[in-house]
Amino acid sequence: MNLFHLLPFVVIAVITLAGAVAAATLSNLVHAALSLVLSFLGVAAFYFLLGAEFIGLVQVIVYVGAVAVLIVFTILLTRPLPGARKGRNWAGVFVAMAVLAGLLWALHGTTLPASHPLASNALTVLAVGQKLMTAYVWPLQAVGIVLTAALIGAVVLAMEEKR
Amino acid sequence: MIGAGILKGMAVTARNFIGSYFEADRLTTIQYPEERDKISESYRNFPFLVYDGDDPDAGLRCTSCKICEKECPPQIIYIVQDRDEKGKALKHPKVFDIDISVCMGCQICVEVCPFDSIKMDKSFELSKPERFRSLLLHKSDLAKSNSYYHEISPTQATEVDEALAAAAAKKKEKAKTP
Amino acid sequence: MINGLDQIFVIAKGLLLSLLWWAPAWVVQVVSAFVNIAAVLAVFLTLFALISVFERKILARIQNRYGPNRVGPFGLLQPVADGIKMLVKEDIVPRGADKVVHFLAPIAMVAPAILALGVIPYGRNMTAFSIDAGILFFFAVGSATELSVFMAGWSSNNKYSMLGAMRAIAQMVSYEMPLIVTVLPVVMIAGSLSPDRIVDAQAGYILGLIPKWFVLTPWGAAAFLLFFTASLVESNRTPFDLPEGESELVAGHMTEYSGFKYATFFMAEYFGMFAVSGMAVTLFLGGWHAPTAFLQFIPSWIWFFSKLSVLLFTFIWIRGTLPRIRIDQTMKLAWTFMLPMAFTCVIAAAVWHYAAGGILGWLESLAIVSLVYAGLSQILGARRNLSVRIYRFAE
Repeated sequence: MNLFHLLPFVVIAVITLAGAVAAATLSNLVHAALSLVLSFLGVAAFYFLLGAEFIGLVQVIVYVGAVAVLIVFTILLTRPLPGARKGRNWAGVFVAMAVLAGLLWALHGTTLPASHPLASNALTVLAVGQKLMTAYVWPLQAVGIVLTAALIGAVVLAMEEKR
Repeated sequence: MIGAGILKGMAVTARNFIGSYFEADRLTTIQYPEERDKISESYRNFPFLVYDGDDPDAGLRCTSCKICEKECPPQIIYIVQDRDEKGKALKHPKVFDIDISVCMGCQICVEVCPFDSIKMDKSFELSKPERFRSLLLHKSDLAKSNSYYHEISPTQATEVDEALAAAAAKKKEKAKTP
Repeated sequence: MINGLDQIFVIAKGLLLSLLWWAPAWVVQVVSAFVNIAAVLAVFLTLFALISVFERKILARIQNRYGPNRVGPFGLLQPVADGIKMLVKEDIVPRGADKVVHFLAPIAMVAPAILALGVIPYGRNMTAFSIDAGILFFFAVGSATELSVFMAGWSSNNKYSMLGAMRAIAQMVSYEMPLIVTVLPVVMIAGSLSPDRIVDAQAGYILGLIPKWFVLTPWGAAAFLLFFTASLVESNRTPFDLPEGESELVAGHMTEYSGFKYATFFMAEYFGMFAVSGMAVTLFLGGWHAPTAFLQFIPSWIWFFSKLSVLLFTFIWIRGTLPRIRIDQTMKLAWTFMLPMAFTCVIAAAVWHYAAGGILGWLESLAIVSLVYAGLSQILGARRNLSVRIYRFAE
C-alpha cells in the first residue's frame, strides 16, 4: 500500500467520519444537518476514488441536492419539543450497539479484494444503463411505480391541507 | 399562445435599444454638466439688483424705499439707506443684503418694487462650502447690469426699459409744461 | 480547419508545461490542472466585470438613457470602481447570526458555480476538465447551490431572509426538473454524457450551409427554449428574481450581507449565468462550431464566446422587458407547462431519431411538439378569466 492510494483514502475517511460524528452529536440541528451534508460529500468522494463516477455524481445530486434540502426544510418547519433533552436515550444506545455489531459481523464475513485498486473496467453510465434496461428492467419499473405513487401521494397530501 | 406576449414585449424593448443609437427621441438624457437644458424665460431663482450704465454702485436703480424689505415674507432683505456728509438721506442704499439660504423665490420683492430695480436671476449653481456666511449676498454680489438682465430675460427687460423710458418721457413732458 | 490561431491557447499551455520537462508525470498533471483552473478563472472574472457594466448599459439603452459612462471610456472601468467600493465596505454580521454558517454561505454559493465552469468545452481541445459524465457533474454541482441559499437565509437570523431563501430553494428545486429533462433528448441523440462528445455530435453541415446544431431541429428548438427559461430561474434572474426582489424582500437571502460577501453572491449569480449559458451553447447551439462551412477559419473559441455573448445579451434583454413573476405563478409554470413540454421533447426527439433523419421524421417531430404546445396553451389559458372586469364598489 503506497502513499498515493492511502493518503486520499485517509483524508476522505477522516472528513466523512468527522461529519457523521458531528451530525450525531451537535446540539444545533442545522449545524448537524450541514455536517451530514459534509459526510454525504465524503461518501461521494469515496465513490470517485473507487472509479464509480456515475454513482458518486448521483449521490451528490440525490443526497446533497434533494435529501439534505428535505432534512433542512424539516428542521425549519418543525419546532423542537420543549424539555426533551434530559438523560440518555438508553434504548437508542442499545439499538446503535446492535446495528454496529451486525455491521462488524458483515464486515468480518466478507472477503475483501487485494489492497491495490480493482483492475476491472470502470463503471460507465453506458454499462449501468444497459444493465438496467436488460437484466434489471423489472426492478426499474417497480421503482418507477413506487416513486410515482410517492409523488402523487405528496401532491394529494399537500392539496388536502389547502382545502 | 403561451409566450406570445413576451415576444411582443421583447420586440418593443429591442426597438428601444436599437433606436436609442439612431433616433434622438429614444435617448433623451442631457448629460449634465457637459450639456445643459434650455431654461425658459419665466424661470426664476434668487433676486438681483439692476444697475444702468457702467458703475455698479452709482447706477443702481434702487432708491432704498424699503418696500421690498417690508413685503418680503421670510424677512431676509436688510437695507440701510445711504446718508451724505450732512446726514441727509440719499436715494441710494448703503447696505443691501439678501440671505439666499432662506429666500424662497416668491418674487414678491420684484412685484412691489416701484422702480424696477430688483429682478429675479436665473443662476442656480450657487453651492458654497459653508452654510451661513457665503450664502448671505451683499450689494456688490447682487448688483448686475441691465445688459445682463437683457441677456437672461430679453422680453421682460425690453418691457421694463420701454416702461422706464415712457415714464421718463412723460416726466419730461410734465416738466416742460408748467 | 485546425489552424494555429484556433489552438493558440493549447499551444501556449504546451509551451508552458514543456518548462517542466524535468519533473515527474504527476507534477506535470497537477500543474496542468492548475493552469486550466487559472485560465478559466481569469477569463470568467474578466467576463464578469465586463458583463456587470454591459448589463447596466444595455438595460439603460432599453430604458432610453445612458448607462454608466463616467468612469473610463464609455464607462468600461465601472467594475473597478464597484470592486473598490465593495472591498472597502464594512463587513457587518448581525448579532444573532450564526457566524460560521454566515461566513461559509457565500463560499458555498460561488464554489459550485466555478466548478460548473470546468466541464464546458470552450473551443477545440479546450475543455478545462474533460469528464466522461460531464453533464451529470454540471447538474450535481448545480444542486449544491440550493443548500448554500438555505445557509445564507437561515444564518442571517432574519424573517425576510428566511422567506427569501425558502422561495429561492422552492424555485430552484422545481426548475431542476425541466432543466434536466430538457437535456435528456440531447444526451439521447448524442449518446454520451460528455460535453465534448455532444459538441462533436453537432459537427458537420447539410449542403455546407446549414449546421447540424440541435437547436435547428423541432425538439431541439423547444428544448432550448425550455432550458433557457429554466436557466433564467436557476440563476434567479428577472422575471424570476422574487427571492432577491428589492421591493418585496429587500435582498432576500442576501439581505444581511455587506461588502465583499455581497460581491461574492453577486459573482456567484453571474457565474451561474455563465455556466448555464455555456451549457446551453454546448448542448443546443453546437458548442464551438461555426454556423456555416466557409466560416470555419474563424477560431473556435471566438465562436463559443460569440454565442455565449448572444445568450447573455438575451438574458439582459429579458430582464429589461419583463416584470417579476409571483412565486405561485412560477411554480405553476414549472409543473403544469414546462415539465409536460420537456417530456414531449423527449418523445419528439425519439421519433426524429428513429426516422433516421428523413423529412417525415422532422414533420412528425414538429407536429408532436406543436400540438402539445398548442394544447397546453389552450388548457392553461382557459383557466384564466379574461372577461371584462366588473368593478362593484368604484363608480
